[in-house]
Amino acid sequence: MPLIPDDPGSSFFDYLMQQRPDLVPSGRVWPVVSSLPDGNRMTPLQPLPHGTTVLAIKYRGGVVIAGDRRATEGYQIAGRRMDKVFKIDEHSAMAIAGAAGPCIEMAKLFQTELEHYEKLEGVQLSCEGKANKLGQMIKANLPMVFQGLVVLPIYVGYDQKRDEGRIFKYDITGGRYEESDYHAIGSGGKDARNSMREYFRKDLSEADALRIALLALYNAAEDDVGTGGPDLVRGIYPTAKQVSAAGIKDVEEPHIATVYATLIDARKKGT
Amino acid sequence: MPLPYYVSPEQMMQDKAEYAKKGIAKGRSIIAMEYEQGVLLVADNPSASLYKISEIYDSIALSGAGKYSEFENLRKAGIRHADLKGFMYSREDVTARSLANGYSQTLGTIFSQEIKPLEVEILVAQVGEPGRQNEMYRISFDGSIFDERGYAAIGGKADALQSFLKERYKGEPPALKAALALCTSALESITNQKLPLEGIEIAALDRTRAGRKFRRIPVSESRQLLS
Repeated sequence: MPLIPDDPGSSFFDYLMQQRPDLVPSGRVWPVVSSLPDGNRMTPLQPLPHGTTVLAIKYRGGVVIAGDRRATEGYQIAGRRMDKVFKIDEHSAMAIAGAAGPCIEMAKLFQTELEHYEKLEGVQLSCEGKANKLGQMIKANLPMVFQGLVVLPIYVGYDQKRDEGRIFKYDITGGRYEESDYHAIGSGGKDARNSMREYFRKDLSEADALRIALLALYNAAEDDVGTGGPDLVRGIYPTAKQVSAAGIKDVEEPHIATVYATLIDARKKGT
Repeated sequence: MPLPYYVSPEQMMQDKAEYAKKGIAKGRSIIAMEYEQGVLLVADNPSASLYKISEIYDSIALSGAGKYSEFENLRKAGIRHADLKGFMYSREDVTARSLANGYSQTLGTIFSQEIKPLEVEILVAQVGEPGRQNEMYRISFDGSIFDERGYAAIGGKADALQSFLKERYKGEPPALKAALALCTSALESITNQKLPLEGIEIAALDRTRAGRKFRRIPVSESRQLLS
């Protein structure tokens, strides 16, 4: 409010920017960068862990959001168990592709941001309001993009006013775009989108939407080196969450394993 | 040239304390009470939207009696303190003790340095993990801090409430129903009238809940509990 100067209002992000800019991902300065010999683009000295393919798909009554588990560091595999799908509050989730460190930090900051707003104001932000706020946070991250630290999310929420699940995608400048059916981002995003385009129909059932999401990740893993498929040897499977009017819930790992068992069977038979 | 006049520090502090007490005495009272599953907070509050009890963090709640604008500022500061700490370290590192100390410092500094002291009395409550004790801290307008057990009362008629509860709160924490009945009868005893349930704000820190323990108890539920 203008009556009280420097009041950060109900935003935790603004409060951090004002009081502790060192804790905001984009508030840091990294002077140690090397420039590539052939251009002006700055990159970090070391390759950093990167998260890869994540996607979201709508069904009747909600949205499924899922992601593979691989993190890559250049041509190396940095992690096989990374979880890229984050619960944000009771009715929304986000999944992130990009530099792993800042991605996880952004998800944590966004969780705190929404809870902080709810406690200060006594009501939750609207679905639209949450999506816009995330856009502003990504926009604030733009200086880091020039250092090669891209953070790109997909955000899904259940809009209780409209009674429907919604999917939002973003660009690095904080541009926010709503998707009507499905979307995928990350290194295998294009392959996953191609799969979902083949199988998507309006008003899918919950089980079908989950199956298509997991199939799309499987196909992306077959065509993209950065994406991890189901790891049968170690028992590592992609993770998924469902957001609906009843709230957010994790899809249990044994259930995902059964869906994959069926998909792999079908592939063995060549159907 | 006018002579600068001298006021002894004792006199100044006494005047300030009197001023703050007068402001708080006008405020309605609030009770916090341990019950089986956590901590119950009950406030005499005719407004259904301007709350006197508020969630601060996962297991911490704050309530305040006295001037609303000043309480609101303290409440916001508390939420910022807790969220910053939880973001910087981890959720389990946010404690009522550190928050109560922060409040005590702030109120104490304002009391001794500013012309006008804050006319508020606040209560910080934290529900303990299963097997751990609950914590309740009462912080006065001058920053003095009291660690309470079983029950605590703040506001205009706090002393009368304390003595009412002292006679009736015995031994182990009661069940939610009994605790709520005791709190409402205590509030009714000092106002000497039957309070409508719409005029009582009720919230609980319930240790059986996962994640955030704070919940408001709506009129429909309190009516059911008290029937």
